[in-house]
Amino acid sequence: MDALQQYITLYRDHAAEVCGHAPEVLNRPRPEAFKAITGLDLPKIGAESFDVTSLPDMLAPDYGVNINRVPFAADAAEAFKCGLPNISTLLALVVNDAFRPTSSLLRNLPAGVTVTSLAKAAEADPDLVGRYYNTLAAAHPHNAVTMLNTLLAQDGLFVHIAKGVVLEKPLQIVNLLNPSAPLLTPRRVLICLEEGARASVLCCDHTASGSAPSLCCQVTEIFLGAGARLDYCELEESNSDTGRLCNTYASLSDDAELVADGITLMCGRTRNEYDIDIPGQRARCRIGGMAIAGGKQTVDNRTTVRHHSPKCESNQVFKYILDDEAKGSFYGSIVVDEEAKYTNAYQSNRNILASKEAKMYTRPQLEIYCDEVKCSHGATVGQLDATALFYMRSRGIPEAEAKMMLMQAFMADVIDSISIPALQSRLRQLVERRLAGHNDLCSACQDSLCQDNL
Amino acid sequence: MQNCDNENKKNADILGESDGEYKYGFVTDIDTDIIPKGLSEDVVRLISKKKGEPQWLLDFRLKAFRQWLNMSMPRWAHLDIPDINYQEISYYAAPQQKKEGPKSLDEVDPQLVDTFNKLGISLEEQKKLTGVAVDAVMDSVSVHTTHKEKLAELGIIFCSFSEAVRDYPDLVRKYLGKVVPATDNFFAALNSAVFSDGSFVYIPKGVRCPMELSTYFRINAAGTGQFERTLIVADDDSYVSYLEGCTAPMRDENQLHAAIVEIIVEDRAEVKYSTVQNWYAGDKEGRGGVYNFVTKRGLCRGEASKISWTQVETGSAITWKYPGCILKGDNSVGEFYSVAVTNNRQQADTGTKMIHIGRNTRSTIVSKGISAGHSQNSYRGLVRVAPGAEGARNYTQCDSLLLSQTCGAHTFPYIDVHNDSAIVEHEATTSKISEDQIFYCNQRGISTEEAIGLIVNGYAKEVMNKLPMEFAVEAQRLLSITIEGGVG
Repeated sequence: MDALQQYITLYRDHAAEVCGHAPEVLNRPRPEAFKAITGLDLPKIGAESFDVTSLPDMLAPDYGVNINRVPFAADAAEAFKCGLPNISTLLALVVNDAFRPTSSLLRNLPAGVTVTSLAKAAEADPDLVGRYYNTLAAAHPHNAVTMLNTLLAQDGLFVHIAKGVVLEKPLQIVNLLNPSAPLLTPRRVLICLEEGARASVLCCDHTASGSAPSLCCQVTEIFLGAGARLDYCELEESNSDTGRLCNTYASLSDDAELVADGITLMCGRTRNEYDIDIPGQRARCRIGGMAIAGGKQTVDNRTTVRHHSPKCESNQVFKYILDDEAKGSFYGSIVVDEEAKYTNAYQSNRNILASKEAKMYTRPQLEIYCDEVKCSHGATVGQLDATALFYMRSRGIPEAEAKMMLMQAFMADVIDSISIPALQSRLRQLVERRLAGHNDLCSACQDSLCQDNL
Repeated sequence: MQNCDNENKKNADILGESDGEYKYGFVTDIDTDIIPKGLSEDVVRLISKKKGEPQWLLDFRLKAFRQWLNMSMPRWAHLDIPDINYQEISYYAAPQQKKEGPKSLDEVDPQLVDTFNKLGISLEEQKKLTGVAVDAVMDSVSVHTTHKEKLAELGIIFCSFSEAVRDYPDLVRKYLGKVVPATDNFFAALNSAVFSDGSFVYIPKGVRCPMELSTYFRINAAGTGQFERTLIVADDDSYVSYLEGCTAPMRDENQLHAAIVEIIVEDRAEVKYSTVQNWYAGDKEGRGGVYNFVTKRGLCRGEASKISWTQVETGSAITWKYPGCILKGDNSVGEFYSVAVTNNRQQADTGTKMIHIGRNTRSTIVSKGISAGHSQNSYRGLVRVAPGAEGARNYTQCDSLLLSQTCGAHTFPYIDVHNDSAIVEHEATTSKISEDQIFYCNQRGISTEEAIGLIVNGYAKEVMNKLPMEFAVEAQRLLSITIEGGVG
């Protein structure tokens, strides 16, 4: 059967079950999504912005969808071994798409901060969730991933920070894919920061060892009120059997600031889309991306930053190191409207190919409709600087170590701009291990936050 | 005193043009042999028959036509292209001449000679531009080629495409469609089916062409399209610099121009191809103008061969053009220098393709976009490094300058690297002319309008410097004229 059709049929035949296990707010946009997705062609490799990702291939396997909400077991120790040492975070677990808070999270959540299951929140306060849910995603009826998620999403994560509330501790969400049979997880995330609120959210994506192949189809909607600031970091350390299709939509009001980082250290096939809308004035947005891929992995990042109002700033920095037969793609665009005077927008994509078979596709794009702007972009594909390597070797540093140092330096500016210092040092360590060829990242981290959190 | 008069006249000339009017918009009233509108296999056969072509060329046309029927117009560019009714165009228009074709300039219709004189392209030998040989193409056919004999002494072939088919069929057959296959894209297929004339250049081994070769294209007849084809072959160790210019009358309806340029460069040879494109761009409201859909591609087949594209794009209502280089030979070099200016309602989507196949191939891309008025100007470029292209190197710089609040400047680079030893760099900036610069000029008594012209010319200088001298002066003036009235 056609890759997409199997899910359309699944929904058509089981709409009652999908809706029966989900709150009304999530059910409301389903008919619209069903209409939009019926007749959509899935983009194959070669379609615009699809240089390494073939959606028909990714959706082709006969994945199941947990529409009847059968609870999955999750080994907490397995899940939390990636907690951040030397830093206390508010920790929560999302198993596939089901939210599980830790006891410490429940104990320590300050007033005005809601971190809970999306389904529960939609039942408890349908007005609040309904005000935001699907308002950004609905504008993308041609995006098969977004429509598929809207069609099938039943749960996920809801974060709400009330006006003026500052969440001091970073919120760490561990997304664990742990299916016992091939599974498609339509996870939905909604993050709303009201006026003047501040928060840091770190999402770590893992696939439990020994689990069946899975595909995570996630849509995240982020709303930042006037003057709000969100640091949002996604760290993927899954495995080669995991597919990830993750679309992030954000809307920034006046003076809001979004710092989003997408870090891919281990993956199977990954495609992240960021679509940032800036209707507010003086808003700022930074998207950082880093990927280290080997084997037959593919990493695909697509970004769109739309400037609609004056005096905003956006900056995108993406860096890739590709080894073996890995393929990388970066497709970034900046759109500056006629009204968006005094916009400063920058985009940079730098890549290192470390093997003969690795391939990189990069398309940094500018669409400018206003003359009072400063915009630039740059892209490079190359190798480690031979002169620098020689300099280091001539001073007695072994080649492997010299290479490692250069690669770490190459990644440094993405890591350095992450706002959680403990995460920075942690990432440096992870990158070093990853570059040294250790793919079993988590095994060394047993000393981290542990079960008594639960 | 006389000098002074001359100087005044020259100034007046320049001022006369400064009102931003298109000075090549006149129509020549000359008998033209036009075939009825419409496109079918019969029309393709008719064109071929009119030109007395051999069977193989007719087959080539028919194959292309049949493929074209199954193709659809490309819509991926950042252009708003209205639907084109291909049955409403006449595919062959020839200024009527004696059957045999002119043997010398005396036999060419004086009105034609006048037309080209008015365009500043003198076909008269005694008034020739020093060191430039011209092939003048009006509507569908080549009118006259100058300096043929002198070139023949060196073994250089420079003639119209039809003559080449007649006199050098083996050469044409060997190279035709080898770089741009008949079915390369929608417009290339259309051209391959109905192309009427164009230029053919062959530079033999070891010959350095002593003069610039130039083709001047002119659309005159109404309701016609222009579909010319240029084929340049540079054999081992040869060199040629080739110029191309174009204009069209001002008409309210749009005219279609779909051309193909193919270049083949053998071992250590070099071809420098320069274009000043000044087709009629339509009026201020965007009525009329030429749709310029062109496929230009060069193949660096030989070792250490080189192709350099330089283009100044100021005309056309819509430009869709990506001159490219296939760098197949080891150590071959591709260059692309472009200034694209759009004003009023013009739209341009132009750039280049650099395909690195051979080892140590190098390419440089410098693109300068200038948008004014309500125009949209895009750079679209592809740099591809194939797996075997060890040590390939590319540097791309593309800058956009915005001169009004209502125009758009866009950059769409595509970079595909499949070899770990390649180094590819791309840089792009978008900005407007800074008020400091304008203020600096104003302070020194230079008006804002003049200052903008000055700054724009300075901005485009890197590319202008690559143009042959005869073109550079013209191009610089064109640049100032094009942006006038579009600033603000």
